[in-house]
Amino acid sequence: MSKMTLEDLRKLRETKKQEAAQRDSDGKDSLIIVGMGTCGIAAGAKDVLDVMLDELKKAGNDNVIIRQAGCMGLCHVEPTIEVRTPGMPDTIYGKVDAKVAKDIVNIHIIDRKLVNEHVYDKPAADIIK
Amino acid sequence: MAVKNYVLVCGGSACESAKGNEIYKSLLHQAENQGVSSDLQIVKTGCFGFCEKGPIVKVLPDEAFYVEVKPEDAEEIISENIVKGRMVDRLLYKEDSKAEFKAEDIKFYQKQERIVLRNCGLIDPESIDEYIARDGYLGLEKALFEMSSDDIVNELKKSGLRGRGGAGFPTSLKWSFTQRVESDQKYVVCNADEGDPGAYMDRATLEGDPHSVIEAMIIAGKCVGADKGAIYIRAEYPLAIHRLEIAMAQAREKGLMGENILGTDFSFDLEIRLGAGAFVCGEETALLASIEGKRGMPIPKPPFPAVKGLFGKPTVINNVETFANIPVIISKGGDWFAEYGTEGSKGTKVFALTGKIKNSGLIEVPMGTTLREIVFDIGGGIPGGKKFKGVQTGGPSGGVLTDEFLDTPIDFDSLLAVGSMMGSGGMIVMDEDDCMVDVAKFYLDFCVEESCGKCAPCRIGTKKLYEILEKISQGKGEMDDLDKMRDMGAAMKKASLCGLGQTAPNPVLSVLNTFEEEVLEHIQGGKCRSGKCKDLVQYTVIEDKCIGCTVCARKCPVNCISGERKVAHVIDQSSCVKCGACYDSCKFGAILVS
Amino acid sequence: METVEIKINGKPVQVEKGMTILKAALTDEVKIPALCAHDDLDPWAACGLCVCKVEGSPKMVRACATEVVEGQNYITHDPELMKVRRTTLEMILANHPQECLTCGRNTTCELQDLSADFGIREIPYDVDIHELEKDDSTPAIILDPRKCVNCGRCANVCQQLQNVWALEFLERGHKTRMAPAAGVLLNESPCIKCGQCSAHCPVGAIYEKDETKQFMKAIRDESKHVSVQIAPAVRVALGEAFGMEPGELVTGKIYAALRKLGVDSVFDTNFAADLTIMEEGSELVDRIKNGGLLPQITSCCPAWTDYMEKYANDMIPHFSTAKSPMMMQGVVTKTYYAEKIKTPAKDMFTVAIMPCTAKKYEITRDDNMWSSGEQDMDLVLTTREFARLIKSSGICFGCLDDEKADSPIGDYSGAGTIFGVTGGVMEAAVRTAYKLVTEKELDDVNIHAVRGMDGVRKGSVDFDGTEIKVAVAHGMVHVEEILNEVREAKAKGEPVPYHFIEVMACRGGCIAGGGQPYGTNDEVRAKRVAGIYNDDEKSVVRKSHENPEIVQIYKDYLGEPMSHKSHELLHTKYQLRPLYSK
Repeated sequence: MSKMTLEDLRKLRETKKQEAAQRDSDGKDSLIIVGMGTCGIAAGAKDVLDVMLDELKKAGNDNVIIRQAGCMGLCHVEPTIEVRTPGMPDTIYGKVDAKVAKDIVNIHIIDRKLVNEHVYDKPAADIIK
Repeated sequence: MAVKNYVLVCGGSACESAKGNEIYKSLLHQAENQGVSSDLQIVKTGCFGFCEKGPIVKVLPDEAFYVEVKPEDAEEIISENIVKGRMVDRLLYKEDSKAEFKAEDIKFYQKQERIVLRNCGLIDPESIDEYIARDGYLGLEKALFEMSSDDIVNELKKSGLRGRGGAGFPTSLKWSFTQRVESDQKYVVCNADEGDPGAYMDRATLEGDPHSVIEAMIIAGKCVGADKGAIYIRAEYPLAIHRLEIAMAQAREKGLMGENILGTDFSFDLEIRLGAGAFVCGEETALLASIEGKRGMPIPKPPFPAVKGLFGKPTVINNVETFANIPVIISKGGDWFAEYGTEGSKGTKVFALTGKIKNSGLIEVPMGTTLREIVFDIGGGIPGGKKFKGVQTGGPSGGVLTDEFLDTPIDFDSLLAVGSMMGSGGMIVMDEDDCMVDVAKFYLDFCVEESCGKCAPCRIGTKKLYEILEKISQGKGEMDDLDKMRDMGAAMKKASLCGLGQTAPNPVLSVLNTFEEEVLEHIQGGKCRSGKCKDLVQYTVIEDKCIGCTVCARKCPVNCISGERKVAHVIDQSSCVKCGACYDSCKFGAILVS
Repeated sequence: METVEIKINGKPVQVEKGMTILKAALTDEVKIPALCAHDDLDPWAACGLCVCKVEGSPKMVRACATEVVEGQNYITHDPELMKVRRTTLEMILANHPQECLTCGRNTTCELQDLSADFGIREIPYDVDIHELEKDDSTPAIILDPRKCVNCGRCANVCQQLQNVWALEFLERGHKTRMAPAAGVLLNESPCIKCGQCSAHCPVGAIYEKDETKQFMKAIRDESKHVSVQIAPAVRVALGEAFGMEPGELVTGKIYAALRKLGVDSVFDTNFAADLTIMEEGSELVDRIKNGGLLPQITSCCPAWTDYMEKYANDMIPHFSTAKSPMMMQGVVTKTYYAEKIKTPAKDMFTVAIMPCTAKKYEITRDDNMWSSGEQDMDLVLTTREFARLIKSSGICFGCLDDEKADSPIGDYSGAGTIFGVTGGVMEAAVRTAYKLVTEKELDDVNIHAVRGMDGVRKGSVDFDGTEIKVAVAHGMVHVEEILNEVREAKAKGEPVPYHFIEVMACRGGCIAGGGQPYGTNDEVRAKRVAGIYNDDEKSVVRKSHENPEIVQIYKDYLGEPMSHKSHELLHTKYQLRPLYSK
């Protein structure tokens, strides 16, 4: 992209905002956010990310967006993963390892059930206004 | 098969012991009984962090938040909330005798307020689009097209923002000094040389939301008339550096940084300068020296960097957290920001909560939040049912706040008034197992290593204080050591050149003031109540209780326990390393710790 | 002069704007203790002893580094300040060996003075010394890190004033030490042996190598003819060690003292300075007249020569091949004079009393220092060593009657004596070169264009219609400016901007050399400079070529300047030297 003018910036902001809103409302896409700060990575977030990508591929599911984010602040339960699936409560999973990562894909995303024992319901989403 | 409700049962250890597991089973059983199993999912969760009211059950999507739930309540929760869709009023969390329904409304969740960390954990830090979608570069937009330099300074002044690096100098004042100086060249520098033990707020901010700092630095450039900036970051933060580099490249590509930003005649560019991890380089003059390629040593102020900084030119220097506040202050206005916090300290503060705390982590709270709220509400209190002893704020520059100060509002001035300081935001919680002599020694040891060695009070004082503390921890302390430490501490505070030395004695002085009794126990009684001071602890075998099972002898890492089978064993004190393995392994309580 | 009105402990005083609290207080005779501050250096603010208060502020500020502000009341002494200072001093002492009696700085130590002033009777803290090995690798100075108080003066002098960067701050915290980078020895470092570190050290952590014992051994050795020369700058500074004012001329007393010590012949480096002018001046005239490489650069300062060989060796062809006066004096002593007194050179023991530590290095710097067949100069003592020698010999220096130097290599002109100050070599050269070029004598020998204390001075002298452009630099930090001008002109193929350049390593020239009495600052420099010019002005002969003994030596021995004999004895060569030899 070439350098923007003020108008370009405003247009881009609007487009991106709409995209985000659309994803929330049209019920199609699930969003998985992997906390990839140093703390998360040190606790194994990279492996978790790989496992999830693998698992989604195996399941043939291309309806999920996986993206990284910085630290969510829940250092005591890293790696942390936030899952937003339309029709389900936004959920933060903590202490996610390869097994839990597979469960999140297979149970949460595909079977639309929460994964026992790893839900940490004290998420940033609750806090951020 | 769509699940209608999710019932969350807290599975934290406190709740576990308070029958979380039974409630879980009971709920499963009741759902089965009442024939709603397929409509709901019952999930055991991690700790809600609200253990004093545990066990907690939360029903989604209603957001019903039940506290102090008993296994027998399961029936009612299922029958009322799930089957009939009515909340069980008597179990709902009540505050100020007013029933509240939503978790978001409970004070616990309200305690945090995210301004600095507004995007952390939410957006992809490597995507400028996501930053822009969350009103990123809106502040820059305003600063460039709608505001004059003076407007920006005024907005900061209205916001009441004070530097988050520790000293709390008003940011608007700092910027206005640089703005007012005439110079052919000015600079904007970001201090990302975070180095307090246990502090990682800045790292998390840069890793999670690098654009917020970049945007702020460009705004600063516009405000003071600088076209160059540098981010001084320690090389130990490779991920933060990586993400900053990506973010800078993106900003440049989009024309938000570099020549003629957004088509205006304002240009600004940044570079990253890596530090080698010296704590003293967090001191601004030492930091600037380091950027210049010199040894990182402080120089006296005045002149302040705002007037004579990098390469002798006027320089705005702020830390990561300060900068991260600025884009929103500009976009939402100083008045909006000033609604948060206290009279003298506006906005929020990010803390890295570590130590003996259940929910260690990164939190952001409005200034004025009390220590109690942070430790017990947000942090979930002390693990293992141990007793709270104190919180070290301000890292090696601060002091210990005991339970006496739990209700002190956390802001710049209150903390100073009680002998600690805000520092950059490390908060280390200590419990009854921590020895205060040991804690003071830990911080002094850090300062001994990190003193740059330039000025005598700091260079010698840190070492001498450490030596005396070591003596005390070995039971060799003398009463006049207390005076010596106070004398040196006073001289260091007053005569050290920079903040490092001026604050280095704080942990010791604070312990002397607050825990004098405990220090005296070491000196006069040769005793360390927590057993942390190994030289004051002795492990012996209680002959009557020892059955000669040989377990301790096998566990001892230095083989200093001897004895025949079925005969009482003996610990050779001369080679004992006081690891406590014998004590931990003895099933008969035959090891005496004295 | 713009002034500000301030108060020192409540008493109104008017002081120069921009003055530090430390200096401002001194104007009212209030002395604030300080260990790291030095007039020659930017404030370093390390020792923490000079803390003061500004009325109304709870903080303490460093008097050495804080400029006074109109209207402020500065508190320099109160019970709290005194306590803080005392504790700080006690801490410093707790890191310093209690070895005053055997220390080279005994009675001249600034830390000792402070300890005495504060009435320290015991050190409350455990004394622990940074046990590190002495570095006596150079022939000139010894670094004893055990005694270092980390005031930073040595490294700052080395970097700020001398631009040599041999000394650095190594390690951190209590392990901090002053040493060459990467922990190499001084002799393996870029050190130019100027000794300014030793002259600025407040304690005995870096000092001249003391060789007074060798001197006395030679005196006791009946088979040796001990011949001593004294440098121009010594005569205006030695008196300070005996309570005299800086700049007081004690030439005659020095001659007398030397004879009392048992020296066989007493000469003066100033004679050789005149000889240097004959050679170096002739070389310059030769370069000018015969299209030689210009500019010509002076070579009498061994620290500068060492610097050039390490940092600026592209300038080797520009260097005058003339040896320094001291080396010339040495070689003519062991040849011309030895022949006259019919003593074999090997039985001659030549000693120089010098204001300089680098001179200790110079006497063996390369093979050309053995032109007489023997080592031309056997020993160099600094002014400080010489003062101690006199004291230990029971000589009442102040009581001595003036004596004269021996003949035939002891007489000197005013031109010879001004070698001791910055610009002096230039001025002396001009006085003679003028004659050589124009075959006329200068009307006014005072060449004011090259005098003064500015770090770099540029000017031109009218050689009867021909403009001779000159530049003078002193304090190594100022040298690059001039060298770069030369380099640029050469690179562009333009005519070089100067004909003659004089460089002296130390600020002010030899009068403030690294071997001079302690306490040198610009005030002291000015007095010593005045002493030197006074010596020049009262001289009957003020041009080197008019010194009768110079005329004589050419007639009897050397032939003429730049003769084959001169080249053999009085000229040398230069070589490229690495900055780090390890």
